[in-house]
Amino acid sequence: MSFHPAMDYAPARFHKSGRTLADEGPAFVYTPENQAKFDANVARYPPEERKSAVLYALYLAQGQQGYLTAAAMRHVAEQIGCTAAEVEDVVSYYTMFFTKPVGTYVLNVCRTLSCALRGAERVTEELCATLGIKPGDTDPSGTFTLIEVECLGACDRAPVVMVNDDWHECLAPEQVREFIEAVRTNGRAAFTGCHLHKETKG
Amino acid sequence: MMAYEPILTSHIDEPGSSTLDFYVTRRRGYEGLRKALTFGPGDLIEQVKASGLRGRGGAGFPTGLKWQFVLKDTPKPKYICCNADESEPGTFKDHVLMERNPHLLIEGCAIACYAIGAKVAYIYIRGEFYHVQEILEAEIEKAYRAGFLGTNILGSGFDCDVFVHRGAGAYEAGEETALIESLEGKRAQPRIKPPFPAVAGLYQCPTAVNNVETLCNVPLIVLNGPEWFTGLGPEKNGGPKLFCVSGHVKKPGVYEASMSTTLRELVYEHAGGMLDDRPLKAIIPGGSSVPLLLPDHLDTPASFDHVQKAGSLLGSAGLIVLDDTVCMVWLAMNLLHFYRHESCGKCTPCREGTNWLFQLLGRIESGEGQAKDLELLLGVSSNIVGKTLCAFGDAAATPVLSTMKLFRAEYEAHVREGRCTLPAEWRAKRPVFAAH
Repeated sequence: MSFHPAMDYAPARFHKSGRTLADEGPAFVYTPENQAKFDANVARYPPEERKSAVLYALYLAQGQQGYLTAAAMRHVAEQIGCTAAEVEDVVSYYTMFFTKPVGTYVLNVCRTLSCALRGAERVTEELCATLGIKPGDTDPSGTFTLIEVECLGACDRAPVVMVNDDWHECLAPEQVREFIEAVRTNGRAAFTGCHLHKETKG
Repeated sequence: MMAYEPILTSHIDEPGSSTLDFYVTRRRGYEGLRKALTFGPGDLIEQVKASGLRGRGGAGFPTGLKWQFVLKDTPKPKYICCNADESEPGTFKDHVLMERNPHLLIEGCAIACYAIGAKVAYIYIRGEFYHVQEILEAEIEKAYRAGFLGTNILGSGFDCDVFVHRGAGAYEAGEETALIESLEGKRAQPRIKPPFPAVAGLYQCPTAVNNVETLCNVPLIVLNGPEWFTGLGPEKNGGPKLFCVSGHVKKPGVYEASMSTTLRELVYEHAGGMLDDRPLKAIIPGGSSVPLLLPDHLDTPASFDHVQKAGSLLGSAGLIVLDDTVCMVWLAMNLLHFYRHESCGKCTPCREGTNWLFQLLGRIESGEGQAKDLELLLGVSSNIVGKTLCAFGDAAATPVLSTMKLFRAEYEAHVREGRCTLPAEWRAKRPVFAAH
């Protein structure tokens, strides 16, 4: 007799993985410009190490389509010369890839200690109230997606929000409503940008 | 003592200081590379060893030794990987260097390649620093055109390429073997060591992984000599150092000083003192992964060795300053949320342990904690420390062990009163733990 405790296994009680496959999505190929960018990038690595370009390839696909579908991942796999599963493995690890559609502006609010000490938790609360959504969700108009992220490396400008590839620094909780309105009206011009960008910001 | 003259961050407030022209005309740009190419690689490594330069990424390992360990007799190519994945909470110095003085890093990469016999350096930059990457890539392009990178650099016969590689959001990519894995197009998870990267790193080739600030010091050492470098700061802790001060101070920012500077000077002089002149409760001197120090350690010089002697670590020199409104249970919970999220999942003690710690801290912080939870916190922590492939596990347990050691009474008060005993107005109105 086994010393293991009796395990009441039945098909319905087997461990079920939470893994869900990405949407198939429409047929996907790179635009000629993106194909050229990919070909230039992959040449930075030894010819037998094409997989090094996978993150770049995924950024291109995400930039082209807004998010990553199964069709896009297969295209990336073909470009790299690896399996689609290897690409999915990478996509599911890194936080900057989306497998669902996101809003025009993805608000990544830093929630880690230095930002939290200066009010980041309240910034998130205000954003939730203003947009009527929870962290992780997109507002019904498809304009804003709210995400709480870990340290962005700009703790001297807390609280910091990364919006797509742009930055908005020192966003006080009481400025949130005004900030969202400004983004609705002026788009990217509403962001402070990085204070170190002296050439562009003066 | 003589006033300290910034060198890594000289002129950073001037518009145009990130350009090649400015670097060459105002910062003696690429003179270090020119001089380095007249040395043999062995002599160059000796110079860096003599300077005692210690890695600025967190571990403080001597850079010269790291380079010396790189396997010499091998038919394989060698690589320099620059760690620009700056993700340690409280750290934002490499960000400033790359934005405002990018050519210093580019020059440092080229010299490092020459020293170890590499022809390619990859700068692994975190995905969130896209605005920094744009500047860096534009300036690299200029360096190629000016003949400081590419083939036959400055007529020496030395070839060197520098490429920027963008990460995609993973704290763990800052660990050197995880960085290599990520560069190879895989999940950023650490490798079993040995073999160390010096023997089998990127593509299983000999590799040195160095932090941005470390490489930025190299041209200065070559140019000014190892004696100049050791002359700045205490023994074995020489050279210019960037300190990141954030949290409850009047002027958070990056401050350059020697490592003779005390923590008190950094907080009260450089960073302008405490926000609203509140009392200082504790300080985290080296990024979130190091133990807290109490105010009685403020007169400690901010050097690797002195801070270690005081019971903490200088780490990445990210000083997080905490005033008397900070609840230490909340602080540990905030940081464990970070570590739980960023654990790469490879080692069970870390993957499961960080979740346990976060759940326990959330329970205590929200007033549902029981007395036995305090022992459980210590038990879970001790089952993580020393039982993982990389230093992440130890780092994740540190906020818990350190706050439990210094502020156990706060934990006990939470359990006794069934609520957070120190709620601050800058925190969320509704408890954040309920969301998980």
